[in-house]
Amino acid sequence: MKIAIPMDEKDLKTSVCPSFGRAPYFLIYNTESGESLFLDNSAVASQGGAGIKAAQTLVDSGVKALLTPRCGENAEEVLRTAEISIFKTIAGTAQQNIDAFKANQLSVLNDIHPGFHGQKG
Amino acid sequence: MTFIRDFMVKKGEDMRIAVLSGKGGTGKTLVSVNLASAADSAVYIDCDVEEPDGHLFFKPQIVSSEEIAVKLPSIDNGLCNGCRKCVDFCKFNALAFIKGRPCVFEDVCHSCGGCTLVCPERAITETDRAVGEIRKGTSGSVTAYTGILKPGEESGVPIIKRIMQASGSEGDALRIIDCPPGSACVVVESIRDADYCILVAEPTVFGVHNLNMVYGLVKLFNKPFGAVLNKCLDGENPAEKFCIENSIPIIGRIPFDTELGKMNSDAEIAARESKKYKELFSDLLRTAMKEARRETAFDTQR
Amino acid sequence: MRQLLILSGKGGTGKTTVASAFIKLSGAKAFADCDVDAPNLHLIMGQRSEPRRTDYYGMPKAEIDADICVQCNGCAEHCRFDAISVNSAGEYSVDRFDCEGCGVCESVCPVGAVALRPEVSGELMLYNGDGRIFSTAQLKMGSGHSGMLVTEVKKQMKDAAANAELAIIDGSPGIGCPVIASLSGVDMVLIVTEPSVSGISDMERIIKTAEVFGTKTAVCVNKYDINTVNTERIEGFCRSAGLPYVGKIPFDPEAVRAINNGMTIVDVDCPSGRAAREIYKNTMEVLSE
Repeated sequence: MKIAIPMDEKDLKTSVCPSFGRAPYFLIYNTESGESLFLDNSAVASQGGAGIKAAQTLVDSGVKALLTPRCGENAEEVLRTAEISIFKTIAGTAQQNIDAFKANQLSVLNDIHPGFHGQKG
Repeated sequence: MTFIRDFMVKKGEDMRIAVLSGKGGTGKTLVSVNLASAADSAVYIDCDVEEPDGHLFFKPQIVSSEEIAVKLPSIDNGLCNGCRKCVDFCKFNALAFIKGRPCVFEDVCHSCGGCTLVCPERAITETDRAVGEIRKGTSGSVTAYTGILKPGEESGVPIIKRIMQASGSEGDALRIIDCPPGSACVVVESIRDADYCILVAEPTVFGVHNLNMVYGLVKLFNKPFGAVLNKCLDGENPAEKFCIENSIPIIGRIPFDTELGKMNSDAEIAARESKKYKELFSDLLRTAMKEARRETAFDTQR
Repeated sequence: MRQLLILSGKGGTGKTTVASAFIKLSGAKAFADCDVDAPNLHLIMGQRSEPRRTDYYGMPKAEIDADICVQCNGCAEHCRFDAISVNSAGEYSVDRFDCEGCGVCESVCPVGAVALRPEVSGELMLYNGDGRIFSTAQLKMGSGHSGMLVTEVKKQMKDAAANAELAIIDGSPGIGCPVIASLSGVDMVLIVTEPSVSGISDMERIIKTAEVFGTKTAVCVNKYDINTVNTERIEGFCRSAGLPYVGKIPFDPEAVRAINNGMTIVDVDCPSGRAAREIYKNTMEVLSE
């Protein structure tokens, strides 16, 4: 499956971007093939609704999950409607988060069910 | 009638005085509320729709209230062909295309009507979305209009546009417009129809900096103006110096006074509670109206 | 980097006075002024160097080319913001203050006479001197959408001062979009309020807004002796709401003098400065909990 991570730089060994809507790039990582590519986030230049536009980019890219430290409610609504799961990243690099995700160690962002950790798409 | 007190609005005269300052806390509401109260009769319009304070002083008897709504697109999924023209058009990212259909995000929608126009299938119609409210009330000789923006809403401009329209239907009257702080688009909207602008300044370097901003704004819109120096203490007053250097007429000075501060902090109207302040604000009103008439060359021979 | 944001709801309560005192006391290597409509912090912080200036582009604005325009009035009819008018010579023009950059006029024009053009609606400034980073901005008069500029001010600060431990942010007044932009991503908010009916009303609106973010929030009262009854009300409110009340500052004419001389209230020995030190200590305790 494909997952997305907001990034400041185009390098898996750098840390995850603290912002979702205004992250300069999205890492699109294929957990089966290990392939990765970086998409430009066109929402960076938006006056408003950046989260919505960023989420639309992900919807159009076919990812099934987003790993992010934070996510605004509008973006969350887009992703939820599109059935894209959102996981909370841990401090560290994109690679560390990918490994944690594969090991089911990441928890869902804004837990609705307490104690529900990790979820394969 | 052979004698007309010169601060009464003359028959057939419509006078709009806007009160502004570069920043909050300078005394805009103090001045507007008390000017309106000092007049024989006046309409007070609170355009600070994010944080309206005037009503806390007037505690008006509410006569009517009006919900302010803007247009929100509504999509008929039966007619939608999935072309995404609406999503691509929207400059505000208020539309997203998810699972084969467009979804509207109302809190970022600017109600421009663009999506409705570009849809080739006419699948988009418009419904109303409430963004705030206008309340009209009375408090003694003052008719008070209060504009309130719902928290979280982006723009107060539609509310200000409507409040100016609604209060305009009062006929000829003295109107005191309590403007939002700053110099952003909401302030521009509030002073648009003003005949005269009062710039309130405090005696600090912040006060001067902020006075400079609204000074620039009123000049840009060619509005006649004068300054009121508030919270004046002994010693050098940087705002006064600025006015003198820039030939800004100083039409009033309000000394710093703990008594006034206390009345204000208890939301009491000084011009109603204290003879001293009734006189001070009556004088100020008289001067402002004289300046306004002079500047706008009113024909007083009616 | 831990970020402490100072908010007040209403303007003029002493946000910048408190923020500047905190910057001095903490020796913070990074600070920002998010009041992009009326920035004031630079007046006290006394920068010696010239800042790096960057144009800030807001929403593009529509422009009508009179040579191509056929005066069909389609643009004016469709403009929801009353931004298009025609003069006596039949020339159509767009009011840059009313135009919201929606693009409807561009889209309805049958001859392509209308185009959206980028417009500078403000300026970002970054001061980098004495080992400190100071980020601020000024929005041009009549502009809207200050929220994004606030985000840019914070981003500029973080990018330039990534290694700073503590950042103090002088927030935007009000309760709208710029305040929300100020709140995003900070570790703690200190609300400076004044003991007036309007100050309390505005403080409550701000607390509601901060609650949405779940950010640690504390309250202090400035000019408390103007109305001690209201000050007690605020203290009581904090107790029942479970919000840390970190102190109160008396009204102090010496504070005005200090500020007018370009100094913070902790640069001179005065009652408000002494109170600010106490509040700083309490605030830092809450921040590190």
